[in-house]
Amino acid sequence: MLCDDCKKEEATIQITQIIENQKMMLNLCQKCAEKRGFSSPFAGVPFPLAEFLSSMILPGPPPGSGAGKKSVPRSEKELKCPSCGMTLSQFAQRGRLGCGSCYKTFRPQLKDLLRKIHGSDRHRGKIPNLPGVQMEYLKEERKLQEELKKAIDEEDFEMAASIRDKIKNLQERK
Amino acid sequence: MFDELVKKPAAWLSGEGNNSEIVLSSRVRLARNISTIFFPSVARSDEREKVISYVQGALQKNSRFGSGQFYSSSELSPLDKDFLIERHLVSPEFMKDGGSKALYIGEEEKISLMINEEDHLRIQALKSGLEIKSAFELADRVDSELSTSLEFDFDPDFGYLTSCPTNVGTGMRASVLIHLPGLVLTKEIENVISQVTKLGLTVRGFYGEGSDVLGNLFQISNQTTLGKSEEDLIESLEKVTLQIIEYENNARSTLFRDAREQIEDKIWRAYGILQNARVITSTEVTNLLSAIRLGLGMGTISEVSLSTINQILLISFPAHLQKYFNREMDPNQRDVQRAELIREKLKGMN
Repeated sequence: MLCDDCKKEEATIQITQIIENQKMMLNLCQKCAEKRGFSSPFAGVPFPLAEFLSSMILPGPPPGSGAGKKSVPRSEKELKCPSCGMTLSQFAQRGRLGCGSCYKTFRPQLKDLLRKIHGSDRHRGKIPNLPGVQMEYLKEERKLQEELKKAIDEEDFEMAASIRDKIKNLQERK
Repeated sequence: MFDELVKKPAAWLSGEGNNSEIVLSSRVRLARNISTIFFPSVARSDEREKVISYVQGALQKNSRFGSGQFYSSSELSPLDKDFLIERHLVSPEFMKDGGSKALYIGEEEKISLMINEEDHLRIQALKSGLEIKSAFELADRVDSELSTSLEFDFDPDFGYLTSCPTNVGTGMRASVLIHLPGLVLTKEIENVISQVTKLGLTVRGFYGEGSDVLGNLFQISNQTTLGKSEEDLIESLEKVTLQIIEYENNARSTLFRDAREQIEDKIWRAYGILQNARVITSTEVTNLLSAIRLGLGMGTISEVSLSTINQILLISFPAHLQKYFNREMDPNQRDVQRAELIREKLKGMN
């Protein structure tokens, strides 16, 4: 399909505008879309965030529709961080979170994202010396993980099974 | 400002450390945020100020940090900022937009802290040569010491929380700056880069993202920060770097076996140009020094030392050149002044 404006370039962006209850569809090329002031909400977001965020937050194109089309829907009930007010689509636009609480608010979405970026959603590094029950659990779990590894290395599978149960138990209590 | 610093070699160019003929420097950077304060990109200006005063307070509590210097970004001129970027003490991003920021430079520039860059705190340890482990130990110690008076944002599942999810977990980016002329000349570099990328590491040209590769210098760093311990991430970077050093040495042997005259010609011509040029850009110097660095490594040339090469490289950068002469110059003036300074430095060698 050619661009509705210049009628020369291939249209790659589909824009749906609702003006006074009248639905208007525009098929534009990148250049003409920019001229009209429409830009991709993911421009400037570092890869692979941009691509993944768009698939996470925006519904994918319906089967059979041309690839490369982008639409920008607005959801009324969007998840919002109670602390800093950041929404998921704002995060998608900026590629940056607003505060530590964002990680709690968007936990399920972020878990997916982190698995995609890092191949993991669990921290295995340094634990700071902070107070709190959760930190105690974490330290205990880390200790058990090490014991588990040792038991497996030594082929003491009875011990390994017992440690594994302890870890499971700990995770349930968390 | 920084009149004393400009006379000293930068920490990343001292020529010390393991494998320093091939690996110029090792760097470890830890990202941290102070709990309950919004990340810098959304924080109000009073919150940004609060972060600065918290970090400053934490530094003052520990006598170990007494020998360093603390700067507010507002007291730095554009030239000062470029100078700090050239010395690898701050990132180009740190100097970009407005808003309160601050900087701490530790003794001998081995440690620097960027306050209110993308995260509240970026702790950086910088060492010459292949010294990733000792750079990590240094950064880790600073982190532990600061965390006795600062509470960092930490989640039991996700680890250290950062503004960008690509840094979450350890918050650690470890990197080496490595000189690979042999692999570039034998056209093996693409192959090596694609192998390294498969191992979870990132390869970039000198001066970070999106820049052209300058002087056959490459930066290799860990791509992921979550799911592995700091020690594991460092170990894999070090292992891969040692492997690349071996590839580079093999490539150099091949070059000297098959095309000795051509390579030696390249090295001596580079030396000749630097000894005689009247007008020279920083980019040209960086590329010529790459040939001489190769010549030093292969024993082709002994008329010049590694420390002189490193000194010329540093002093040729635009901001360093202007700081050295203590006046602002346009690019044309710089090219003339730079050529003159290099001729002088090399005259002393003969």
